[in-house]
Amino acid sequence: MIETHYKHLDETVFRETCENGLELIVVPKEGFAKTYAFFATKYGSMDMRFCLNGAWKNTPAGVAHYLEHKMFDMESGNALQELTQLGAEANAFTSDAITGYYFESSENFEESLRLLLSFVSVPYFTEESVAKEQGIIAQEIRMIEDNPSWQVYSNLLRGLYQNHPARIPVAGSVESIAEITAQMLYDCHSAFYDPSNMALCVVGHVDPAEILKIANEVLPASRRPAIVRDYGQEELPCAAAPRMEMRMEVSQPQFLCGYKCAPSLSGEAYARQELIGSMACEILFGESSPLYHRLYTAGKINGEFSGGYDLLPGISFILVGGESSAPLEVHQAILDEAARIAREGVDEALYEQTRRVTYGSLLRGMNSFESIAVGSVESSFHGCDYFGFPEVFETITKADIMQFITESVTPERATISMILPKEES
Amino acid sequence: MMEMTRRKLMPGVYLTYLQERKFKTNVLSAQAIVPLEQKNTERNALLPAVLRRGTARYSDMQQLSAALDLLYGARIDCTVRKKGENQCVGFVASFIDDHMTPNGEKLLEPVAELMGDLWCNPATRSGRFLAEYVQGERANLVDQIRSQRNDKRIYASVRLMQEMCRGEAYGISRLGSEKEAEKISAGKLYQQYVALLSSACFELFYCGSAPLPRVEQALLSAFSALPRAELVDPAITLPHPPAQETRFITEEMDVTQGKLALGFSSTSPDYPALLLFSTIYGGSATSKLFLNVREKESLCYYASATLHRQKNLLTVSSGVEIENYQRALDEILAQMAAARRGEVEDWEIASARSTMRHALRTMCDSLGQMEDFYLGQAAGGMSETIDGLREKLEEVTLERMLAAAEGIRLDTVYFLKNKAQKEGKA
Repeated sequence: MIETHYKHLDETVFRETCENGLELIVVPKEGFAKTYAFFATKYGSMDMRFCLNGAWKNTPAGVAHYLEHKMFDMESGNALQELTQLGAEANAFTSDAITGYYFESSENFEESLRLLLSFVSVPYFTEESVAKEQGIIAQEIRMIEDNPSWQVYSNLLRGLYQNHPARIPVAGSVESIAEITAQMLYDCHSAFYDPSNMALCVVGHVDPAEILKIANEVLPASRRPAIVRDYGQEELPCAAAPRMEMRMEVSQPQFLCGYKCAPSLSGEAYARQELIGSMACEILFGESSPLYHRLYTAGKINGEFSGGYDLLPGISFILVGGESSAPLEVHQAILDEAARIAREGVDEALYEQTRRVTYGSLLRGMNSFESIAVGSVESSFHGCDYFGFPEVFETITKADIMQFITESVTPERATISMILPKEES
Repeated sequence: MMEMTRRKLMPGVYLTYLQERKFKTNVLSAQAIVPLEQKNTERNALLPAVLRRGTARYSDMQQLSAALDLLYGARIDCTVRKKGENQCVGFVASFIDDHMTPNGEKLLEPVAELMGDLWCNPATRSGRFLAEYVQGERANLVDQIRSQRNDKRIYASVRLMQEMCRGEAYGISRLGSEKEAEKISAGKLYQQYVALLSSACFELFYCGSAPLPRVEQALLSAFSALPRAELVDPAITLPHPPAQETRFITEEMDVTQGKLALGFSSTSPDYPALLLFSTIYGGSATSKLFLNVREKESLCYYASATLHRQKNLLTVSSGVEIENYQRALDEILAQMAAARRGEVEDWEIASARSTMRHALRTMCDSLGQMEDFYLGQAAGGMSETIDGLREKLEEVTLERMLAAAEGIRLDTVYFLKNKAQKEGKA
């Protein structure tokens, strides 16, 4: 395996691209009780239309998430229960771009790892077991539909994008999941759960060579060509709708402002784009920014106000929000501040502070095994190095930040999504 | 396993210290512990937010924020927690460990000093808090209390606890009530600050690579201005009076999913046995609630049980289709009855034991969890270590669990359902 030492971070990382195409990353750690394993496929809710064995497949919204639930079924029982019995705390999640299965444990690690790799690579569904899951997932969908933070986010993406599948909720709807069949799940598994489309990251007190040996023993050898996916027509640079509104039982308006940014890049350029975007957010509306201070002092925002820069395959956007009695004023104030920065430039002292804050918060993230594992796997899918940020950081200038804000935060790229309280009847 | 050291730094001021080099950051916490009582809950809850607005040296948030930024993005967050029948209010700081700062800068001393200033040297005008800070943060507190209804899952749990423990200190919410919060004046808040500062016990917590003498020195210097007068000890949590009969409460809101919350009381002092029993019942993916209410009956996405140690209460939380209320309630109770009858297999016990073993072992892998655990121990006057509890769990037998479960009674059932729903047996 390839061993890399990162002296600024005090970490050593072992990597290998296995013969079957799997990306393996091992981060040995001393002094911790737990070990964390994360096994993920580059397949998420966005990948609804794809080409398998020469034929285009259209799948309903929510199929990747449904598949995630059903992967825990094994011919011999249920993987979640078996992992729990081994003392592991296991779970899984589906996002727009990836599906990840993970566990952390402080005993029986090897046995649990073998089980993780095996249940995720061997599908086992019956029509009956697929139908049975409808009730559980329907309740999960009902739960999130009652959640205003979820609604405000979901509506924002529909306001920002004309065609991109990020508009569609990850879990789909109660109606869309009713169309899912066992055959469909087998097709999706066959297309996306090939080792060449997957990565495994283990963080903890482990021997990297041993992990590599287990991965080679348990995972299939096959290596299929990359699956072609269709994310629809190319997006226009402007937002699809300037304003999205919904009424729910909330105590005061909840809001998110979104700004549609340039398409996401890949490789080292992705890592750089991500850092520039995050620093731009700090400078524009972070806790030390003049805008934050002004809005907070005026009572227009409270401590819940926060935001950041997000990248998905093909797209990227800034989002920021919280609760406010006057969301539209906040929205306008952000646009005005961006215009001011475009005219006057970035304050030198604030820029220096932002550099330190960004460095500190990236380092803080490395306390969490989960952040390291998920971050490493996502970075490997994007073709960059999660641990490389101190070097990338040195290449960023004030001019990069200013250009980013000037280009991205403009009225035509903006959407505001609001959840307003129900009117008293 | 890390060694925990506890030191008295000043009258009523204690330091819990853990030396550890494995983390990239340190945590430093300074909490005032005050008995929960109706009249001061809101003022105590408001204090950290008002203090966090500015110190004598950095008089507004922007200056404070800039100072923290230069300490490599050190963070100082306000916290308001309930531990047993005590309210714990204060600040938790997180900053880069000395061995990780780019130029070897030492951050413990400046962060401790800031923390001491937040508590002891706030920004004032004519010997009072700044009126605009009090007004602004009071409005935020009111909003925060109101917004508890936005997350229906948490809201149902809060309402259950208020109803089950009405008339007891434990029934007071950590932030207090909206009506009382609205009434807080700048003058009354300052009075409460002065009283609390001299009379409350303070719990300080540090975990990081710095040696004990350095941490003691930094904190003694930072808190040298803390006045100490007659001290009020943390409250001893009183037991919950067993209910004569079950109370059923139904409320309506505009929701698509119903939220069901159940509260059981118990009388057993055998905490390890109750903890394992509650894990078997609803604490993991092999629990009776998960396997039956979710997996077998497909009635919900989540159904789980929590044991509230200091009050000896067990609560269940679930989200169900509104029309399935009765089915879900019946199934949740049937599983409790089965567990209490001893219909528990060996693998269920082994699985629950390993779930708890893992949870306790890995607590020392998280700075946040350790700070919270030791604060609870200090506020509750408990000295048991994480390892000690883990060892006791290994010794629990089925017989002990069943004996402990003997005193479990269904106390309160709370159901949050849709307004449009006219039917309902709740």
